[in-house]
Amino acid sequence: MNRFLPPWLHRWTGLIWLALLLASVVLLGQRSQYGPTQYMQFTMDGLRAGTIYALIAMGFVTVFNVTGIINFAQGAFVMLGAMLTVTVNNSATFLPPAPRLLLAIVAGIVGTTLIGLLLERMTIYPARHASPLTLIIITVGDFIALQGLALIAWTAKPYTLPAFTTLQIADKTIRLAGVVLKAQSFWIWGTTALVLLVLGYFFERTMTGKALRACAINRLGARLMGISVSRMSLVAFGMAAALGAIGGIVVAPTTRPTYDMGLVLGLKGFVAAIMGGLVSYPGAVLGGLLLGILENLAAGVTKAGLKDMFAFLLLIIVLLYRPHGILAARQETVEARQP
Amino acid sequence: MIERMKASPNLRGGVLLSALVLVLGMVESTKPFGFDFADLSGGLVTMDTMIRIGILTIVLVGLNLLMGYAGQISLGQAAFYGIGAYISAILTARFHLLRLPPAIGGSWWWPWLVMVLAMAFAGGLAYLIGRPILTLRGHYLAMATLGLGIMIFILFRENLGFAGDHITGAFDGITAIPRLRVGSFELWPLSRYYFLVWFFAILCIAIAINIVNSRVGRAFRAIHGSEKAALAVGVDIAQLKLQALVVSAIFASLAGSLYAHFQAAVSPTPFGFASSLELVVMSAVGGMASIWGAPFGVTFILVLREMLRGQLRELLRGASGEHEIIFYGLLLVLIMIFMPQGIVVELMERLRRAGWASQGPRRTLKGEAR
Repeated sequence: MNRFLPPWLHRWTGLIWLALLLASVVLLGQRSQYGPTQYMQFTMDGLRAGTIYALIAMGFVTVFNVTGIINFAQGAFVMLGAMLTVTVNNSATFLPPAPRLLLAIVAGIVGTTLIGLLLERMTIYPARHASPLTLIIITVGDFIALQGLALIAWTAKPYTLPAFTTLQIADKTIRLAGVVLKAQSFWIWGTTALVLLVLGYFFERTMTGKALRACAINRLGARLMGISVSRMSLVAFGMAAALGAIGGIVVAPTTRPTYDMGLVLGLKGFVAAIMGGLVSYPGAVLGGLLLGILENLAAGVTKAGLKDMFAFLLLIIVLLYRPHGILAARQETVEARQP
Repeated sequence: MIERMKASPNLRGGVLLSALVLVLGMVESTKPFGFDFADLSGGLVTMDTMIRIGILTIVLVGLNLLMGYAGQISLGQAAFYGIGAYISAILTARFHLLRLPPAIGGSWWWPWLVMVLAMAFAGGLAYLIGRPILTLRGHYLAMATLGLGIMIFILFRENLGFAGDHITGAFDGITAIPRLRVGSFELWPLSRYYFLVWFFAILCIAIAINIVNSRVGRAFRAIHGSEKAALAVGVDIAQLKLQALVVSAIFASLAGSLYAHFQAAVSPTPFGFASSLELVVMSAVGGMASIWGAPFGVTFILVLREMLRGQLRELLRGASGEHEIIFYGLLLVLIMIFMPQGIVVELMERLRRAGWASQGPRRTLKGEAR
């Protein structure tokens, strides 16, 4: 793009791309005569989906920062979180709905975290001296195995989780200037904000958080300071599992959770993490939100079935033009962080 | 010839595999003394299975070049396979879309030409995607191939984004793909197609072996050993990885075309993310850095899948879906932890150490790769 522009416009290349993109969206939207309300609706729906992607992306970032592995089992954590919650909620019928759901959510998060810890000890730890390529393939294997186990445990049928506000399947909807919002959206946004706050506190104020950050900056250095890198890897997998589970649980009422819901959600979270540069939490959040909005707008003005394609098109565009994330300066690299 | 065979395990392997393929094919097509694989193996191995093994071997040989030798994972290899299949399917079964006269579209050489076009297209696409990305380090290629794989799968499923189903047939796919012919000689009953597929498979193995044992192959192994050291002695890493990606895409596309003419129908499902993962599992089983491991990996997984499908249906009655995937996952994890070189390579190594297989010093970097 820079080739075709006068030098004084070079700083604005990103904005020009965005303008071109929005112009083409509006142009395509003209075919269906969309007004501002429709675009607003697409954006809000995209923002909801994007928040989930952001949560999942943060799990990818945690594991990558500490271990240098891209954890493809992240999607399985999302699915497990949702499925465990649904199961506990359906079986603990002796409790009234509200505490039952709360118990189910706690059980979902704790259960998934335990599975994440177990997974790290059983599959990642024995191969800790292998190359990153081997470790990535192992996480792919973990994903397939967990999804297969889920298929056996829950079969292929879709389940339901009540919405958090109404405690029923039907959720309350709120109309704001013609835009329809489900009450669950606010739960999703609130949860994500809370998670961000907790993460911020954890990384800034606690010893474990600081040790994790040290591992992210330089693993060898951290080890020389007496930090057990292998324990930090365990902590990272546990955190990633918890983050994935939270994402899966808050999104469950808006979809119908199935054993294979983890694949698409995990991959989208991965795209969001890449957009953020794979090492930064704010980048992951921004990446997730952008991904959600852009894919929803693009699918809205073209064809609903193409939604996932736009997400991965975005992945390839980001890899080609901003391989180190949308927030990174062009020349900046993360290679120093890699072993 | 005998002397050369003694000197070169690869030549020996090639002759052995060709002989095996020939014998199996002859036995299966003539069925002497009522000898039938399908009966012997309880319906597990048939001509159909052996053709599938041949087709996937072609994909896997390319994938092994990329993963085992250039050290880059492809999580979207099924997409290149799908490109071959769909281009062959669309341009032969729906050639009227191009406004081609039947004299060309119906001629015997048109499907072969399409096959070459598809290979060029897949190779070109791999080049376009790989060139900018492979200059970066790390796992960027894995991410890009993953994205590409899913995008292409969705394009197949959604009729390339157009309304209707006149191009790719959307969910249902394309049917009535013509069989391959040479002149008026139809390569059809299964027994003939078997020989065609395995001819290509052995050709691809030969090409790959030659690549691995050439200057380029030594450079690949150098990259695999240490990228920095390879760079220091003047190996153009990005260029070589790009070549591996392009070759693997071309192989996959060839296999896809063969698949389309074999099934006479294509649908989006076999070209999705799950299939890409299955290819990675096959590669891990056979040994990534081993061309000879490819047919073993494919055979192992395909036979295992057939067995598991039968067994699990008995065990888990009433449950639907593809339960065998759990075993793929466990298998992949166990192999990567305990036998990262792959089952075949590891077993050969153990046999050699125990004195069963060919003696002599273990040859890795200096000698021929296996």
